Amino acid sequence: MYVEMRKICKKFGDYEAAKSIDFGIEKGKMAALLGPSGSGKTTILRILAGLEKQDSGDVIIEGRVVNDIPASKRGIGFVFQNYALFRYMTVYDNIAFGLKVQKADKHQMKERVNEMISLIGLEGLEKRYPDQLSGGQRQRVAFARAIVPNPQLLLLDEPFAAIDAKVRKELRAWLKEMIEKVGITSIFVTHDQDEAVELADDIIIINEGNLEQMGSPVSIYKHPETPFVAHFIGTSNTLDNLSGFKGFEGIEAGKKVIIRPEFVEVFKNDNQRFKNLMDATEEGIIKKIAFRGSYLELTMLVNGVLLTTTRSLERRSVSVGEKMRVLLHRVYLFDDTNAEMRAEIYKNELLKGVDIEML
Amino acid sequence: MKKERLKKQHSIIPGRGMTLGITITMLSLFILIPLVSAMLYSFRMSWKDFTELITRPNVTQAFATSIWCSLIAAVINCIFGTILAWVLVRYEFPGKRLMDAMIELPFALPTAVAGITLTKMYSDNGFLGRALERVGIRVSYTRLGIIIAMVFIGIPFVVRAVQPILEKLPAAHEEAALMLGASRFTTFRKVIFPEIMPALLSGFGLALARGIGEYGSVIYISGNSEKNGTQVVSYIIMSKLNSGNVDYEGAAAIALVLLILSFLMLFLINMIQHFAARRTNA
Repeated sequence: MYVEMRKICKKFGDYEAAKSIDFGIEKGKMAALLGPSGSGKTTILRILAGLEKQDSGDVIIEGRVVNDIPASKRGIGFVFQNYALFRYMTVYDNIAFGLKVQKADKHQMKERVNEMISLIGLEGLEKRYPDQLSGGQRQRVAFARAIVPNPQLLLLDEPFAAIDAKVRKELRAWLKEMIEKVGITSIFVTHDQDEAVELADDIIIINEGNLEQMGSPVSIYKHPETPFVAHFIGTSNTLDNLSGFKGFEGIEAGKKVIIRPEFVEVFKNDNQRFKNLMDATEEGIIKKIAFRGSYLELTMLVNGVLLTTTRSLERRSVSVGEKMRVLLHRVYLFDDTNAEMRAEIYKNELLKGVDIEML
Repeated sequence: MKKERLKKQHSIIPGRGMTLGITITMLSLFILIPLVSAMLYSFRMSWKDFTELITRPNVTQAFATSIWCSLIAAVINCIFGTILAWVLVRYEFPGKRLMDAMIELPFALPTAVAGITLTKMYSDNGFLGRALERVGIRVSYTRLGIIIAMVFIGIPFVVRAVQPILEKLPAAHEEAALMLGASRFTTFRKVIFPEIMPALLSGFGLALARGIGEYGSVIYISGNSEKNGTQVVSYIIMSKLNSGNVDYEGAAAIALVLLILSFLMLFLINMIQHFAARRTNA
């Protein structure tokens, strides 16, 4: 492991921002600390950087415990949420700052800074001040400033939070490309799951100071280990029980159920693809149809509960009030009285081993 | 056509005409008219008398004393005031609120009270004066005394100018410098100082202006001796008005020169501020 946090604990008064956080990241990987606001993810990043001191536990970078090394000596690049560019310095001086304080050779410094400016594509704007740049340009400068002294680790705190939605997508792709080009190990904090899924090799999910799950985006999505993760990643409905649903009679009493839109199939009575599975379906009424651009979102009333699912625009059209067949093929189960319990998958018993993905 | 456009502008932010009217009236009544009358009084003198009066050794010396002492005091206030503002903004300690409230005391205290207290404290038998005397430093009845009095009355200007800027300064700026390997000192010099510079300049200007015109707190501690060069301009002016034959014209002439010098200095400070601001907000 290149970067490691071992049993990191941190309290601010009564508020526990980190409760024994343990994780490691391999060299060259990009990891996301994902969680709702106030979950403690930024605190964890700041402890790594040395901007916050942990109450207990070790921070290890490249096999060395760095607990007592001050932030300025850890050799970490940091991109702040609002970039924190120096307002009274030009783009050039901002980027050169890290080299200037190291008293780097003037000639080499100039070369390196110019190399950075062309890397981020801001040639010709060297003499501008931060106030004269757009949000996206500022972020590029902040990125260049952070990596100019050649840090071995790059930390980014909500790097896209201050940018409007349209530019954000573009910048995400740009940042991913830059980080791959530079080949630097990096960790970023975000509350946006799309951002984490798109950029990160590993996602670390944080909630109330606890590390809920760490893994690749796909494994986190497919195999959520805790109720929180099952909830937080993707969209989902939570139900107290599934009484009345065929094929789910075996669920123990007291367990709660999480249903994702993709666990629900909705089709008309004369559907050919699912005709062998009609026994496993329930009757549902379309309560609401929302147009989502490339698909429809249907809200179905089934056995007295509301389920959400998506429907391709390529399928036959449907209308509100129409009776449809609803196939719930699996759900996540969890026990919210027992926090240690992991979320598990429960498949519809009536499918009798038919794999819905094969249809 | 033009009138119509003007009228439209009025309606966007209401009350323009009224507030502007009040402003000009007040400005005239309280500032412009007294200043102009000072000028008019001095114009009663002939040019020859005027130059003769202004170039008298005790007058030029008083100008030098007033300007130098208030400049030095303003510089000291900038350093000390910035540290004070820093402590008040950045650290938590018991009695912080009390200390914050104490900053304005030099404004509230009658300047004569301040002057007498300072004089007593720093005189040969005052407890500070005695201690300093032993190491060979005399404060009361010297220019050093004048500077101390001016520091005392000028400190609130700098603290109150710098404090809000420091409060608003996001911690991320300092942290960014720190992450890039900058020392605490470099961070202050390169990152924090440019941010507080405009506020510091206006604090400097106000403290300077106050110092140049100060009377009450200075005259007791200075001793007003021509021989020691401890007469300040305001003392010269007052003595012209207090002596047996009141010399209004002479007092007004000196006041006019003081006015012009103060204005030039404040204008210069404003210009520096203006250019510093333009650099980033173009």
